Amino acid sequence: MQIEVKINGVLKKLETSPGERLLDLLRRKGYKSVKRGCEEGECGACSIILEGKLVKSCLIFAPQVSGHSIITLEGLSPKGELHPIQRAFLEEGAVQCGFCTPGMILAAKVLLDKNPHPSEKEIKEAISGNLCRCTGYVKIVKAIKRVGETLNKNV
Amino acid sequence: MFKEVGKNIQRVDGYSLVKGNPVFTDDIDLKDMLFIKFLRSPHPHAVIKSIDTREAEKMAGVALVLTHQNTPRVPHTTAGQGYPEPSPYDSVMFPRKMRFVGDRVACVAAESPEIALDAVKKIDVEYKILSPVFNPEDALKDGAPIIHDEKDSSGILDPKHNLVGEVEVNVGNLDAGFGEADVVLENRYEAHYAQHTPIEPHIVITYLDENGRLVIRTSTQVPFHVRRICANVLGISIRKIRVIKPRIGGAFGTKQEVYLEYIAAYVTLQTERPAKFELTRSEEFTSRTRHPIITVLKVGARKDGTLTAIDMRILSNTGAYGSHATTVMYNTGSKVLPLYRCPNVRFEGKVVYTNLPVAGAYRGYGATQGYFATESMLDEIAEKIGMAPVDLRRKIHIKEGETSPIFDALGEGKKGIPQVISSSKLPLCIEEGFKLIKWKKKPKEEGKMKRGYGCAIMMQGSGIPAVDMGAATIKMNEDGSFNLLVGATDLGTGSDTILAQIAAETLKVPTERIIVYSSDTDFTPFDVGAYASSTTYISGGAVLKTARKVLEEIILIGEKMLNESKENLKVENGKVVSKKTNSSVTYREIACNALYETNQHQIIASMSHISHKSPPPFAAHFVEILINRGTGKIKVEKYVACVDCGTAINPKLAEGQVEGSIINGISYALTEEFIFNKNGKMRNASFRDYKIFTAMDIPEMKVVLIPSHEPSGPFGAKSVGEVCINGPCPAIANAIYDAVGVRIRKTPFTPERVLKAMGEIEHLKDIHKMENY
Repeated sequence: MQIEVKINGVLKKLETSPGERLLDLLRRKGYKSVKRGCEEGECGACSIILEGKLVKSCLIFAPQVSGHSIITLEGLSPKGELHPIQRAFLEEGAVQCGFCTPGMILAAKVLLDKNPHPSEKEIKEAISGNLCRCTGYVKIVKAIKRVGETLNKNV
Repeated sequence: MFKEVGKNIQRVDGYSLVKGNPVFTDDIDLKDMLFIKFLRSPHPHAVIKSIDTREAEKMAGVALVLTHQNTPRVPHTTAGQGYPEPSPYDSVMFPRKMRFVGDRVACVAAESPEIALDAVKKIDVEYKILSPVFNPEDALKDGAPIIHDEKDSSGILDPKHNLVGEVEVNVGNLDAGFGEADVVLENRYEAHYAQHTPIEPHIVITYLDENGRLVIRTSTQVPFHVRRICANVLGISIRKIRVIKPRIGGAFGTKQEVYLEYIAAYVTLQTERPAKFELTRSEEFTSRTRHPIITVLKVGARKDGTLTAIDMRILSNTGAYGSHATTVMYNTGSKVLPLYRCPNVRFEGKVVYTNLPVAGAYRGYGATQGYFATESMLDEIAEKIGMAPVDLRRKIHIKEGETSPIFDALGEGKKGIPQVISSSKLPLCIEEGFKLIKWKKKPKEEGKMKRGYGCAIMMQGSGIPAVDMGAATIKMNEDGSFNLLVGATDLGTGSDTILAQIAAETLKVPTERIIVYSSDTDFTPFDVGAYASSTTYISGGAVLKTARKVLEEIILIGEKMLNESKENLKVENGKVVSKKTNSSVTYREIACNALYETNQHQIIASMSHISHKSPPPFAAHFVEILINRGTGKIKVEKYVACVDCGTAINPKLAEGQVEGSIINGISYALTEEFIFNKNGKMRNASFRDYKIFTAMDIPEMKVVLIPSHEPSGPFGAKSVGEVCINGPCPAIANAIYDAVGVRIRKTPFTPERVLKAMGEIEHLKDIHKMENY
């Protein structure tokens, strides 16, 4: 079957099957930032943004997103220019192995789009569905906080 | 003083990682890929009587089914260690005998993972069920089921008693030491199973290159050991294999194992097709684990806190196979006991097989389990002699310029090497940490919530002395940049960046001029891999030597180009400058001169490095917790870690290692636990049921790096990757005692266990009727 889905702002017609998970479709189509960590909706490594909400692509069948709009990490820096969240992650040392990073950055984006100046507690809540085993989250929280503070200054 | 070292240089791989570029093992697409799935044993102890794969083989889309009947039987160890490995050769590709629930019966390679899974279900196996043994103390007894009775294994000390190895060392006079003591305490401490849970599970992709050579692209800590072990198991030469380590999605020890690579490789060799083998999260949980260790610890002390005798006896459970069995056991003594000034010490270790999941290397490598015992015991001693815990810590630890007889007596799987502590700022770590935690003597909270404080001190090593070797190659390009080729393996720790900074500092160029390529057995020199806290210290030493050699060559050419002797030359900012005339040649000019003009040659050097010592990093940890007396739940409020890792080559990356290992350690201490059913099957092999910390669970963290200068390390550096995972268990156990006056000597400190210890509930719930080992 064929579905129509907007990925990172571009309308795509993609072949899939009723049983294919969105995670598998996206990886098959080259969106490799979508990571396979547990396939049971627990680790958050396969997170994407669906209509403004953070969702785990391993828990969604590909046909379910037909007619919808999704964002993967590839969509944040289409021309190579890093998004402020990506820059903050890099500069604050919030990246170690980098496997949870795509999901974390998208979780941060969903948060900051809705709430540009989140508290530390709000940041921790927003990324609580995304597991990281390397950093202990300390520098991830700091990086997201910094983006919020920078936005604050710009306001 | 330094321009590149000691700076928070951005990760050299950071740009690609924040963009989510396809840099991990699974991020390549190959045509005609086969997907592999395991059939695993449902029994903890059984022999395969017969196995019928015909139905599976008949299925459309199935390329190959492998069992013990059609694969080579080559005993080996899966522990990715230096050769000859100190672990027993007790594993084969597919065994006939099953030794734990999850042991590998067979695998199917098929056109899709779904077909492979369906085909696995069609394999018909008849088992002869054997009695299992789960309790490590029972496993040692006469008449216990013998787990490794096969004839062709080697390196097992006493298979009939399931005893993989043992060690006993004595220094001083233990009896006399206890005789001198004012206080003698003896207690039993138990540290439990755990899994590393890297967010990327084990994964390997194999294929044949255009010349028919086998390429193994794998998520590993030990690419060179992968090549050697696979060559042995597959019966092919090392020269027929290339191992590539791409970016790795976390490892923490679990990827110091070689046990999927040769199966995928065998599929590729048999079918001449690419093959992919990726563990599911559930399989990952019982892939490799932390050794559960029982420690019986007896300590004697004088009233003033002087330690007079330590008798430490451990029983380590390695599960079904002996991966890292003896070395972890040795480390529980050798990385723990030298911390304490004590003239009379005995260490006795035994490591046994059981029919439970296989243990292996895990960050801390036995020291984590050992420190839970010693640092809990120190608080118990402190209370007996009426001393504050922090005062006892101030008094009893080894100091700069001192040695411990344990360094000589006990190594890693063998005798050790004597060493004197040439750098330690542990005293400062203790003072600074104590200041920052703001330890309050009389907790004020009333009612349900009780506040408590605890501390622990710890050390680790920096590489395995006289064993670990790293090598580096540096070659110079026309634009004055350098390729740095290292076998060292960046698992996400940032070691590529650290090594680039060491090269840049030495060559006096910005780090951006160093192009790092690591861990490809065809293109980089050898390195034992990323383990034993070795990369910065050992591989960094190799990079330093290599860069120095390249610098000598650059200066030599500068001498000729400037017509000056080297005494009159200096190197700065990528130039060789005459001190007399101030005239200079740039690196670009020097490289072009060498490549195109005079005495044409490539400026290049390769050097190797080993160390005959393993200078310990030190740390002092302090924790503040709140216990809810009603629920037994512990909340860690604040955690302070002061760490001496020598010179931090990149402080931000070093802090990241400390923060990550501490949160992993707190999570281990409080929530992570293997629950087994009566068959020895793990019942909670998912992130839903095996709770690792999320961002919501973390305490306020304060990390302070307290620099020392280690003369044997590159720019004064020691290790930092493992040491801090040793602190949370004892520090929190001590804080629990401070808060509610109960001593819990078995990890993890779950609400049930806390309530039980406080006498609030009689029995643990049904879930705990089965021991957690």
